Amino acid sequence: MKDVRDALMIARNSEGKLVRRPLSPHVQIYRWPVSMALSILHRITGCALGVGTLLLTWWLVSAASADEVFDRAQWFMGSAIGLLLLFGWSAALIFHFFNGIRHLVWDAGVGFDAPHYNTSGWAVIIATAAGTVLVWVIGLVVW
Amino acid sequence: MSGTPHIDMLRSPLGRARGLGSARLGSHHWWVQRLTALALVPLTLWFIFSVIHLSGASHQDVIDWLSAPLTLGLMLALIVATFHHLQLGAQVVIEDYVHDERFKIAAVLAVKGLCLLLALVCIVSVLKIGL
Repeated sequence: MKDVRDALMIARNSEGKLVRRPLSPHVQIYRWPVSMALSILHRITGCALGVGTLLLTWWLVSAASADEVFDRAQWFMGSAIGLLLLFGWSAALIFHFFNGIRHLVWDAGVGFDAPHYNTSGWAVIIATAAGTVLVWVIGLVVW
Repeated sequence: MSGTPHIDMLRSPLGRARGLGSARLGSHHWWVQRLTALALVPLTLWFIFSVIHLSGASHQDVIDWLSAPLTLGLMLALIVATFHHLQLGAQVVIEDYVHDERFKIAAVLAVKGLCLLLALVCIVSVLKIGL
């Protein structure tokens, strides 16, 4: 059964023949503006952080267990794979953090027009790169 | 959708809404997602600083850190806000991309159940250390 939205896709051309209306360009052939890339990246990092909560849960569970269980978890976090996961997790978190603030500002009705959302988009990218580097430099110095 | 274009049955907007309509919970979902996001701004900052501070810490250091009432309270707030925000966000992503009604409902319920379970495990772990 067709609903109104589907039915409106069918129209008559100048010769009176029924045709399907053309659609706008698909994402694969569209030149991505920065906001479009950041929008999908916000979802991707959100999902990645969801998977990353398993890491947080594991760390907390191990901290509530015996010394050797905790030491094994700490050892994994300090291994090459662990550090790579933590780096990815921190970059995703910092991006989602800054871009999330950008969304909250939009929700407050501010900056939701073309020049502003492009500028704030690049600001988020720069803040994410700077924030991630800063966190790891400080983290590795403390460690 | 394929084959020769043709017009068959129309369904009015009212008929469509009666069949598959909104449960009128959308604005509450949206609002709680913003509220948890707002709460997570200071909590995430605190958590990142804490993790940096704890890098290379011994088990006893972590236990001492979590045993402070302020740390324990902030950690519980972080856990609740994080998993609540996560299940709201994951629900939207699933609803946008999974179109089969049965898979959609099953996936949303599975993700929400998993989030609840992980949150409970985190809360119990933190309380076990801190209390």
